[in-house]
Amino acid sequence: MDLIVISVVAFLSGIMASMGLGGGMILILYLTAIKNLEQLSAQGINIIFFIPVGIIAIILHSKRKLIKWKQVFLPLVSGVVSVCLFAFLATKVKSDFLKNAFGVFIIIMGIISLFKKNKKS
Amino acid sequence: MKKKFDKLKLLFCGLIIGSLTGFFGSGGGLFAVPLLEKVGLEPQNAHSTSLAITLPLSAISSIFYFSSESLNLSEALKYIPLGIVGAIVGAKLLFKISSKLLRKIFAIVMIVAGVRILWI
Repeated sequence: MDLIVISVVAFLSGIMASMGLGGGMILILYLTAIKNLEQLSAQGINIIFFIPVGIIAIILHSKRKLIKWKQVFLPLVSGVVSVCLFAFLATKVKSDFLKNAFGVFIIIMGIISLFKKNKKS
Repeated sequence: MKKKFDKLKLLFCGLIIGSLTGFFGSGGGLFAVPLLEKVGLEPQNAHSTSLAITLPLSAISSIFYFSSESLNLSEALKYIPLGIVGAIVGAKLLFKISSKLLRKIFAIVMIVAGVRILWI
């Protein structure tokens, strides 16, 4: 039974990660809520999971010419700087308030997206 | 002038994605897609391009977040094989799905993610 659940979770997480839909959410939720792992452990497992899955997805998307590589370089440059800074900051500050604010913000963004009309091409 | 503005927008995207990924350990991807769409990418391109940005940033953030004890390789290995199968299926789905449906699915995912962050 456990093997079936692990298989379903892994498969769905892989699909969602590959589609850029945040596959980590399913895996982390399963690891914390069902397997009772600590949040940090679950995030660590998710990152290890995401690396090979993400690489495969990137290769496949690249073959289908879905990835706009010109738009990757600049965000990566600034992203590397900010990820280092904010990862360091995260170890220094209490994140509960910001975490809740982040949660509210993405719910609002999701609701706006849900009711947004498609742009006419 | 427009090209310079687009470059600034892309740098700004990276700053936001990196800061969220760095601060929360994840979540940057949720912002990457709408930010990339704002810069002018179609949904399928935004979703796939976001992976190319968030994957290396996630790997970098893990260096700060995790000691070797926190990185449970043996547990992660249980999920990787079928995760890769899922990735292959997801890649095909992304290629075939309509932009409208992809946007709706993503919107629902964001709402669920937000609820989870707030209440679980």
